[in-house]
Amino acid sequence: MKAWVRGIGKAIGLLIAATTDFALAEGSATQGRLLATGGGSQIEGTAGGGIVPLAVLSGYGDVGQQGATAFVSRVQVDDYRLDVFGAAWSWNNRVEVSVARQELYLNTLATALGVPDDTIAQNIFGAKVRLYGDLIYSAWPQLSAGVQYKVNEDFYIPAAAGARDDRDWDAYLAATKLFLGGALGHNVWLNGVARATRANQGGLVGFGGDNNSDREIVYEGSIGVFLNRHWAAGIEYRQKPDNLSFAPEGDWRDVFVAWFPNKQWSLIGAWVDLGDIATLEDQRGWYVSVQGSF
Amino acid sequence: MRRFLLAAAIICCSGCASLQSQDQLYRDLGGQRGVENIVDGLLDNIAADDRIFDQFKEADIDRLRSKLIEQICAISGGPCTYSGDSMEKSHDGKHITEAHFNALVEDLILAMEKERVPVAAQNRLLAELAPMRPQIINR
Repeated sequence: MKAWVRGIGKAIGLLIAATTDFALAEGSATQGRLLATGGGSQIEGTAGGGIVPLAVLSGYGDVGQQGATAFVSRVQVDDYRLDVFGAAWSWNNRVEVSVARQELYLNTLATALGVPDDTIAQNIFGAKVRLYGDLIYSAWPQLSAGVQYKVNEDFYIPAAAGARDDRDWDAYLAATKLFLGGALGHNVWLNGVARATRANQGGLVGFGGDNNSDREIVYEGSIGVFLNRHWAAGIEYRQKPDNLSFAPEGDWRDVFVAWFPNKQWSLIGAWVDLGDIATLEDQRGWYVSVQGSF
Repeated sequence: MRRFLLAAAIICCSGCASLQSQDQLYRDLGGQRGVENIVDGLLDNIAADDRIFDQFKEADIDRLRSKLIEQICAISGGPCTYSGDSMEKSHDGKHITEAHFNALVEDLILAMEKERVPVAAQNRLLAELAPMRPQIINR
């Protein structure tokens, strides 16, 4: 409970700092980018779908403007629950900084292992830079590069599982392109990500392991279609390292629906398949995320 | 996954304009009457849009209206020829930003929604207009 409050406080503090220091003169309704082009907030806090980043930056600020977002998300699968909250701020449609706090509840595993810890928390500090292009208007996809510095606060179980480090960074390249009228007249987007990472289950089970402790390149992707400008649906896939002999780690995937009623709010719901997690097999369930944009 | 991508590719191709008659988009926009209503709606929206209203303060609105109608008619395959200035010439020195451009796109979308233009036709018109962006912004 305390951790929740601390995390929320941190996220809100960052958001208030961002909005007051830079005196946002314009609300998101009057900002320059088109509805839904800021995406949602993926579970590591950057603009994305649910589990995969997009090349777009959070919020609706275009060149010469800024944007900020705050979000809460929950993943509920058979034996685990993950709560995430965080915030992001982007400037000039060029740079995004983000912070997210993840709290994993693992009652089943804690009982099975006979350990008192039944939560693992992780803080993620992210930065993303748009290198080239525009999601909609450029001939080639919008290209962005990002880093995520992850600090795992509860390393007892990850260490017992064979993880080497409690903190590490991911770096990724994301390319995203929206095709106007691309599928039977509907707008379609394609998104590909290459990520260099040592993270086990995104870092919740630490970094590196006895099977492999080197950074490796994994691939992630998403594809989606807008039914109209408020509703979209799609799929995501996220490849993962497999560093721990203690338990094989599988890839993540989901099918999602996103609703963008206006530039202030978005809601994403998904069916997720996270594979085997720390010996508990076939972790499937749902994901929901609410984002506010400022 | 592979099967899904293949299906997606087939759907994408079926959206190609070449498979449809040349004035399909013009007809989907509602023909001449539809295009006129869309442009009138667009101009109404611009007049109420603080983000870009200033850009149009000195414009000859009657001329702007007739050239926009002509342009959308022509670009959508209708029986018109655009007789106005080039996009470069008509936007030179106006310092139109990315945000201004999108504001106009939003005003156009709202005008098309009001006119009950189907989503697919809206997107096709936007796809025709999108390549003009470099001739319009930051000049």
